[in-house]
Amino acid sequence: MFDFRTRRQLILYILMTIFLIIFFAPILYMLTTSLTPNEEQILKNMATFRAFIPTNVGLNNYIDVFERMPFGRFLFNSIFIVSTTILLGLVVNSMAAFALARFQFKGRNLIISTVLALMIIPFEAIAVPLLLITNRLGWLDSYHVQIIPFIANPFYIFLLYQFFINFPKELEEAAIIDGASWYKIYYKLAIPLSKPILASVAILHFLMQWKRFLWPLMVTRGPAFRPLTVAMQVFFGQYPRLWGDIMAFAAMMTLPIVILFIILQDRYVSTVARSGIK
Amino acid sequence: MNRSNGTVISSFLTPAVVLLLAFMILPFAMAFVLSFTNSRLIPSPRGTSNVGLTNYEKVMNDDLFWTGLKHNFYFVIIVVPIQTALALLLAILVNQKLKFSKFFRTFYFIPTVAAMVTIAVVWSFLYHPNGLINAFLKTITGGYWGGVDFLNNKAWAFPAIMAMSIWQGVGFQMLIFLAGLQDIPESYYEAADIDGANDWQKFRFITLPQLKNTTTFVVISTTILAFRLFTQVLVMTNGGPQSSTYTVMLHIYNMAYKRLNIGYGSSLTVVFFLIILTISLIQRYLLGEEREVV
Repeated sequence: MFDFRTRRQLILYILMTIFLIIFFAPILYMLTTSLTPNEEQILKNMATFRAFIPTNVGLNNYIDVFERMPFGRFLFNSIFIVSTTILLGLVVNSMAAFALARFQFKGRNLIISTVLALMIIPFEAIAVPLLLITNRLGWLDSYHVQIIPFIANPFYIFLLYQFFINFPKELEEAAIIDGASWYKIYYKLAIPLSKPILASVAILHFLMQWKRFLWPLMVTRGPAFRPLTVAMQVFFGQYPRLWGDIMAFAAMMTLPIVILFIILQDRYVSTVARSGIK
Repeated sequence: MNRSNGTVISSFLTPAVVLLLAFMILPFAMAFVLSFTNSRLIPSPRGTSNVGLTNYEKVMNDDLFWTGLKHNFYFVIIVVPIQTALALLLAILVNQKLKFSKFFRTFYFIPTVAAMVTIAVVWSFLYHPNGLINAFLKTITGGYWGGVDFLNNKAWAFPAIMAMSIWQGVGFQMLIFLAGLQDIPESYYEAADIDGANDWQKFRFITLPQLKNTTTFVVISTTILAFRLFTQVLVMTNGGPQSSTYTVMLHIYNMAYKRLNIGYGSSLTVVFFLIILTISLIQRYLLGEEREVV
């Protein structure tokens, strides 16, 4: 016998489990297919439950990926581009936000309203002229063409500005009396106190750069500077399609990130919340 | 303010200001300028010249552009309401303070951290004519479903991409709604309990009105994402079959990059931006008005 409360709970759990299956099945399918070494078996099982329970497991598809393309190079490219952008972005955006939040000067309001206005412009609205500019600069097919345009970001400046503006005046006054320079106040006081917001900005920046596709598709020519996203698309476009290898590529690109975000999930959840509230 | 502060301020601001000027403001302004020229990615020997409104006249008569824009609107009309409602439902489910709520929440947001390219590739396999989704539909319809080659079928390709896009993106909106739900004071629900309100009444008269700003934000940001639709259509169908999944961004990419026509690509970009701007201004108006009332 169920009372009302437990029946309500049961319905909720059933609903939540159905959604769990919907959201997780494709990810699991990717993983199990990637672990099935025999392509014929993949095609035979693709529409059955057996696709989820690989009988003879092997890493052949993963080895194939490394043999058929410079996967390590693509991985390095992605990691290098993403980490460099985040690090430089944290410095550049936080310094600008700090100056805007802690000083009164001529032109401050103009810069703040410009930063707010720039938040409306999606990357797609500047991609075409940016392609022309970087092409004329001779930047195509390089790391810096994938890094430099994405360091400064009006949204991250705004998020950090909102944080620094609430920072109590007394702290920096005490620091000034102690004879600390503004650089020291920024570096020794503001930065350590703003770790949560810096982490949020880093997470948003990471996701944006890691997933970036349109831009590297236009500015990379060969495998030398190609990131994983474009490499995945190029590999997917080669026939005949070997689904085992494709899924191994997809799994290597997805699993580390999924695990990372499961570990960081509380931070991720609060970051998304922050990005949604105006 | 003394002189030394002037030096401090400029050293803090200069990197960001220079980068924003060079890589956002300059290209943005150039889009407008270039849209009146016949500029090419690889300069033509005849040079670049001013062509006045020719590019915009071409946009008006460009069937592929209008096809793309129509598809973007379809995407908005179908995906935005479904995704928003589903996100709200998921947020309410994981906000029930049940055991393992966090566990379920984790699974719902996993697709949002993966790159769209990989999701599109995995789903291309799921949409295979002999693939899992066809098998599933065959099973639940008792064999009535005959199987469809989703991504090569003019009627099914775009709905298939829409379904995948909802699956990928809904977890993000769920987290935004979840934050909104957690901001609603518990006392409102306690008061409603005392008045004997049922679940539906609490949802209708407390949750929904309290989530008005969050909902506006989610609807507008999903709408903007719908206009930026690119990666999944390029990877899964490249706009086909017979342009049935063609979008504005795909057209901009094809014109500016594939055909090297920067001038025409820029005029398409300007039109694209004006659409985004209109939506953003509506958002600021709706949210701004609410802020004044409160």
